[in-house]
Amino acid sequence: MSKVAIKLAVNGEMHEIFAEPRKLLSDVLREDLRLTGTHVGCEHGVCGSCTVQVDGAPSRACLIFAIQMQGREITTVEGLTPDEGLSPLQQALHEEHGLQCGFCTPGIITTFDAYLRENPDPSDDEIRKVLSGNLCRCTGYDSIVRAVKRAARMIREGAAE
Amino acid sequence: MKPAKFEYHAPETIDEALFLAAQYGDDARVIAGGQSLVPMMNIRLAQPDHVIDINNIGGLSYVREDGESVEIGALTRHHRIEKSSELMRLCPPLPAAARNIGHYALRERGTIGGSLALADPAAEFPLMAMLLDAGIMVRSTLGERVIHASDFFVSVFTTSLEPGEIVTGIRFRALAQGEGWGFRWLARRSGDYAIVNAAATLALDSGGRIGRIAMALGGVGATPVRLTALEQSAIGGETIGGWAGAIAAEAAVLVEPESDKNASAEFRKELIEVLLEKSLEDALARARGQAVV
Ligand SMILES: Cc1cc2nc3c(=O)[nH]c(=O)nc-3n(C[C@H](O)[C@H](O)[C@H](O)COP(=O)(O)OP(=O)(O)OC[C@H]3O[C@@H](n4cnc5c(N)ncnc54)[C@H](O)[C@@H]3O)c2cc1C
Ligand code: FES
Ligand code: FES
Repeated sequence: MSKVAIKLAVNGEMHEIFAEPRKLLSDVLREDLRLTGTHVGCEHGVCGSCTVQVDGAPSRACLIFAIQMQGREITTVEGLTPDEGLSPLQQALHEEHGLQCGFCTPGIITTFDAYLRENPDPSDDEIRKVLSGNLCRCTGYDSIVRAVKRAARMIREGAAE
Repeated sequence: MKPAKFEYHAPETIDEALFLAAQYGDDARVIAGGQSLVPMMNIRLAQPDHVIDINNIGGLSYVREDGESVEIGALTRHHRIEKSSELMRLCPPLPAAARNIGHYALRERGTIGGSLALADPAAEFPLMAMLLDAGIMVRSTLGERVIHASDFFVSVFTTSLEPGEIVTGIRFRALAQGEGWGFRWLARRSGDYAIVNAAATLALDSGGRIGRIAMALGGVGATPVRLTALEQSAIGGETIGGWAGAIAAEAAVLVEPESDKNASAEFRKELIEVLLEKSLEDALARARGQAVV
């Protein structure tokens, strides 16, 4: 099947691109929409670096064909970044040294942005269980766990104000 | 590598999907969550000419109950099963199984119908389908049928689904009042498929002996297995010192696992003994109303 028109809602904006049905959402985001915050590591669902949100649910962009996403709302790490400054998760990752090379970071942000909505006050164990779906070759994970805890506190306190 | 070319179809009704499935037969693959199919397509282990996306069909994602059984729509995501309060009340092994599948983001997209149709011998839902006498409800343009789990799993990644058939829902037995359950597994890393997994249900009779028991094992052969003969001989037994270990030891003798790159046959037999024993002990504790950690 040759290229077809695909309409995508990404970070609150409508886009129309032309791509073959076999083109993965991760490749469309990076190549057609130039949203290169979504990283691609393994292309079989293991590493988590391509994670985006589909209608708010964290999903592997490498395991979805872009054509499947018509009528859905996609959020990438760019969409979770405020116009100025950093989001609480980003700020906490920065403060806790939760990243070095940053390859895994966008997937961690999209995953935990959704998870903290579901569970605003997670334990270390709960964070580790979720984090097991995002490979990080740099940090050793402890600083990411601390960052998620800190972000959770920042979000809870922010909401309480 | 990237997937090979295919033609994409996005039916909005089940009838339309069945028509497409009948038309393209073996040349088509249904895509549900895509969490197993797309990895296979990305490495070109799967190269279907036609992909039939069932995600736009309404009415395939649900949890229903009638007290004695629970019915789950084929497109119901693992995450929803994990969080379902109805299932936690009526069939708690299913949320426990769902919670253990892969990673958070995979559970948000993967579906129970896809998991059964894939038929990985170490997967959680096929194990539970064997344990809880599931009926797999399938449709084609020729009509509907219900396939019992024991007739559904044929071999590794192979089911008795005919070309053109689509799974629409799965019915599981609900647990009875006073019936306990256990589910144990060993995986190398969080999110990996289990090397071996074991599950059991157990209810005591009025005399405190085993009144009802079911046991299933995964990762020990080409399909998950139900230990029917062993269940028969266990009924009426007492649950005193070493009872669970004795049953599990018999299971390890009966089942003939093979060695592969993940584990030797001997190691799998050891896992059967340990995991089934613990599942039975958990089931007994829950049958007695005790909390299990
Ligand atoms: C990194 C990783 C780890 C994983 N770990 C686990 C794990 O620990 N345990 C586990 O159980 N699973 C695991 N999975 C697989 C995951 O659970 C899948 O969601 C599931 O096996 C398949 O469901 P799906 O809806 O994604 O199916 P798909 O990938 O869409 O389809 C799988 C197969 O089933 C067929 N199919 C799908 N739906 C239907 C239907 N309704 N009727 C007929 N045929 C259908 C498809 O044609 C295809 O052949 C893992 C996956 C990944 C990528
Ligand atoms: S690139 Fe998608 S999970 Fe690794
Ligand atoms: S910061 Fe380098 S992979 Fe995580």
